[in-house]
Formats: sequence, C-alpha cells, structure tokens
Amino acid sequence: MSCWQTIQDYGLRAIGIGERLLPREGYDLCQHFTLIGSGMIWNIYFGALALIAGFFIANAVALGKASDRLWLRKPSEWFVLVFRGSPLFIQFFLAYFIFLRLKQAGVMPWLTAAQAGALLVLILNTAAYSGEIFFGALRSVPRGEVEAADAYGFSGWRRFRRIIWPTTLRLAWPAYTNEAIFLFHATTLVFFSGFPTWKQQGDALYYARFFADKTFNPFVPYPILAFYFILLTLAVIGLFGLVNRRLNRHLPAERRAKMRIRPNLIR
Amino acid sequence: MFSFCTDPDTLGQANWLACYLTTGKHMGLYWSFVTVLVLLAITAPLALAFGFGGAVAARSQIAPLRWFGKGYTAIVRGVPDIAFFMFFVIALDQAFEWVRHRVLCPSWTEPVRQGNDFVVCAAAKLPLGTAPQWVHELYGFGLAIVTFAIVYGAFAANVLFGAMRAVPRGQIETAEAYGMSRRQAFWRILVPQMWIYALPGLSNLWMLLIKATPLLFLLGVEDIVYWARELGSSRQPRFTDYPHGDWRLWYFLGLLVFYLAFTKLSEFVLERLMRRLSRGQATMGAT
Repeated sequence: MSCWQTIQDYGLRAIGIGERLLPREGYDLCQHFTLIGSGMIWNIYFGALALIAGFFIANAVALGKASDRLWLRKPSEWFVLVFRGSPLFIQFFLAYFIFLRLKQAGVMPWLTAAQAGALLVLILNTAAYSGEIFFGALRSVPRGEVEAADAYGFSGWRRFRRIIWPTTLRLAWPAYTNEAIFLFHATTLVFFSGFPTWKQQGDALYYARFFADKTFNPFVPYPILAFYFILLTLAVIGLFGLVNRRLNRHLPAERRAKMRIRPNLIR
Repeated sequence: MFSFCTDPDTLGQANWLACYLTTGKHMGLYWSFVTVLVLLAITAPLALAFGFGGAVAARSQIAPLRWFGKGYTAIVRGVPDIAFFMFFVIALDQAFEWVRHRVLCPSWTEPVRQGNDFVVCAAAKLPLGTAPQWVHELYGFGLAIVTFAIVYGAFAANVLFGAMRAVPRGQIETAEAYGMSRRQAFWRILVPQMWIYALPGLSNLWMLLIKATPLLFLLGVEDIVYWARELGSSRQPRFTDYPHGDWRLWYFLGLLVFYLAFTKLSEFVLERLMRRLSRGQATMGAT
C-alpha cells in the first residue's frame, strides 16, 4: 500500500472519514505520521475553541476579581480557586460523572461526548488561569495612564475600553502566550480521563499510544507526536507574537516588552 | 473494622457509613493518598537535583555539555508533559532491560526487537518473572518517580537557569575581585543568592507537581484515581455487603477537595517561606 493511499485512508480518520478500522499490520512510518497527524485535528479543535471562548470569560473573571462589589468578587475568586487549585485530570473525571448524572436525568445528554463536555471543562479551566493572569495585569496598569485618561475626560466604559483594557492585555500577553501553549498541551489529557472515545476517533496522543501499544516501541510514535506538538507550539508563539507586536506598536522600540516564553511563569 | 459492623442490624443506621468507609478496599484508597505524598516527597528533591544539574550544564563552558543542558531545558516547552510520561515509562523500562540483557546474556544472538515484540532473555527481565507482587509494584512506582523527576527536572532547570542569571553581575565581579576562582564564586556567591530569585518559579513548580500526581494513574500505578474509580462504580448486592449505585461522582468530589486543600496549604506555607527568605534582600518583597 502506497503512502498516498494511507493518507487517503487515515488522513481524516480522527473525525470519522476514511477507513473504518485502524491499521492492523505494517505500522510503518507513513501510518504513524498520518494517523497521529489526523489526531492533531482534535488537539487543535479543543485548544483553539477553548482559547477563544476562555478569553472572554477570563476578562469577565478578571474584572469580577477586581470589582468592589462583594457579589461579583467572591464568585470570581472561588471560580479561580477551584479551577487553579485542582488538577485538570480530576476536573475532567468529575465533570464527566456530573454530565453522566445529567444525562440520566435527561438534561443535555450531549455533554457526555468529549467534543462538548471536555471542551466545556477546558474553557472553564483556561478561563480561570487566564483570568488570574489578566487580574494580575489589571492591577499593574500604571497609575499615570489612568490619571492621564481622567485628565482627558475619559470615564467609565470608555476609559476602560480605550485605556485600561489595552494596557492590561499588553502587560498580560507574554504570560497569556504561555497559558495558550499549556492549554494545547492539556488537550492531550481529554481522551485519557473518563471521556470515552467514540469509534476510536481520538487525539494525537491517543493514536501515539495506540501505536506504542501495538508495536511495543515507544521510540517512533512519541517523537512523531513531539514533532507535531513542536510545530503547533511554534505556530502559537508566532501567532501570539503578531498580536503582541500590535499591542505594543505605540511604544518606542526599546521599551517594547520582549516576548519571553518561560514555562515557569504560570500554571 | 469496628465490632458493630458484624451486626446486620447496623444497615440503614448512621454507623453504616463508618463501616463502609473502613472496608479493606477503602484502606487501599487511604494508602494511595500516602503513595501520592511519598511520590511528592521523593520527586521534589530529585527533580530539583536534576534541574540544578541541567541549569549548571546549560551554563557550562564545554559546548557539548551546554547543548545537552539547553536541549534538556527546552524539551518541556514544546511537548506535552503527558506525552513524556507515557514515553519515559516504557522507554526507561526497555532501556534498563536492554542494558541488563547485554550484560547478563552475552551469548544471545537474536535481535532484541523482533517485529512488534521486545525480547530479552529471562535473566534480564525487570523485575524478574519470579519476583513477588510487591517488587513489581515497587518497580512500577520507581519508574514513575524517575519519569516525574526527569520531566519536572526540566522545568526546574528552566527556573534555576533564570535565577542564576538574575543574581546581580556585580556580586560575581566582586567575588572575582577578591580573588575567588570560578568554582568558589559559583558555590559561595551565586548559589546562596539565587534561591530568592528561584523561589517564585519553584513554588509554581511545586503546585504543578501536586497537580500532576493524578497522572500516576496513566503510568499504571494504583493511585487515588484508580481507587476512586474502582470504589465508586456501582456494586451489586450479590457481590458485596455494601451495595450502592454509581458513586464515582462523590469520590472524585472528595479528590477535588483534597487537592484544593493541599494546594491552598502549600500556597500558605510558600508565602511564609518567601517572606522569611526575602528578609534582608534588596528586592521589592523585602521588609
């Protein structure tokens, strides 16, 4: 079987298009690359959607934590505490069993599927982590900028939208990039944490483990997985770097915050 | 466990729960909490040592050693830690067996990899096929510890590398001016001072490590996740004295609370430590 044939059969296997059964023999490099690559579809799906939805919730959470009103502040603080203080792995399990209860009660049965349920958990998880990052940035907005905004007659929503929020994002961006990378890494947990795989449509790590179990040789599938993830990480860094440049475009060149990708900052 | 548990009348009373929570299997659950704490107690210093080695290697003047150090600190940036866990557990096992195979069975001529099998001679098997069950469990746990230490050592190396660079240049220059050698300046000036810069990163890492402990389940250790799944799933009256429905939700809720309490406690202690170490330092946090 040629490699092109393998790609046609398994290129979109992770979303149920192509060959029904997973490969049973051969296990050549082409199969490894194709199937693990098709699994990346799910990693990108979970990561990208959770990032987009989580961004909005994170802003709300950061504002809630910074709010003077107790009924806004306390729930935000608890939300961040619960999701940052416990392992994502446990959150997945717990959420799955809650969704299972809901399904038995006839409420939202589709939540037990990984595509919806795990995505929801990831959204809330990343919202809590990024909310904390944005909150920290919000508190370190220079006082002078706010005073200048006051002097120019900005107030309320306009002051927030035009002055405070852009600076918050600018300050938070390097740490937020880190969070995005961690989020994409965290998507590999989904199919190992209670959420069942439907018709063996799993993510990249699921297929890598499939090959490692079949061939009993971890030295081929995991490096391939690492290769794909390094590409993904570089893409995320590149994309976030573009946004970072736009957020910093008004600053003189030497004052621009250099993007420093350091995994020790967060999580 | 309690004497009243043998009395069938206790069913339906409040102390039913006391009996239920002290069955032999629940003791397994409680022991697995100890397993988690033991794992943390061994892994944290080990990862710190790996990290220190990595950071020193990354600063080395010998090029290959520096490349190794840089490569080691870079691995965690691009690749999910879960992938490393799954990789190292099998890879380490096979590496150990291969080395033993080479040493113990030199007359063996067949290749080690035969198709989809990994074949070593019986004497090289780890642990030996004749070994008792607890050796197997201990070996699995040991592999998990080494795996955790390698992966989180890379994180720690990142932190320590940054901390070593954060120590003001003037301190080293002063040491050199006093006639200290590179080695002396490193051990007497740099290392004692770097901890204050490393502490925020290291406390973060400690939190990461705590939150990574449930992944033991994926490495095949009978940890708290294993027991929570096992004990929570529904039980039929035919097979047990304590039949119940699907209680996994409550077990995992318990685990969540355990981890929340643990991370909260760590946060409190680390903050105290930070304040203690900042004393007399020329940093913002000092009082």
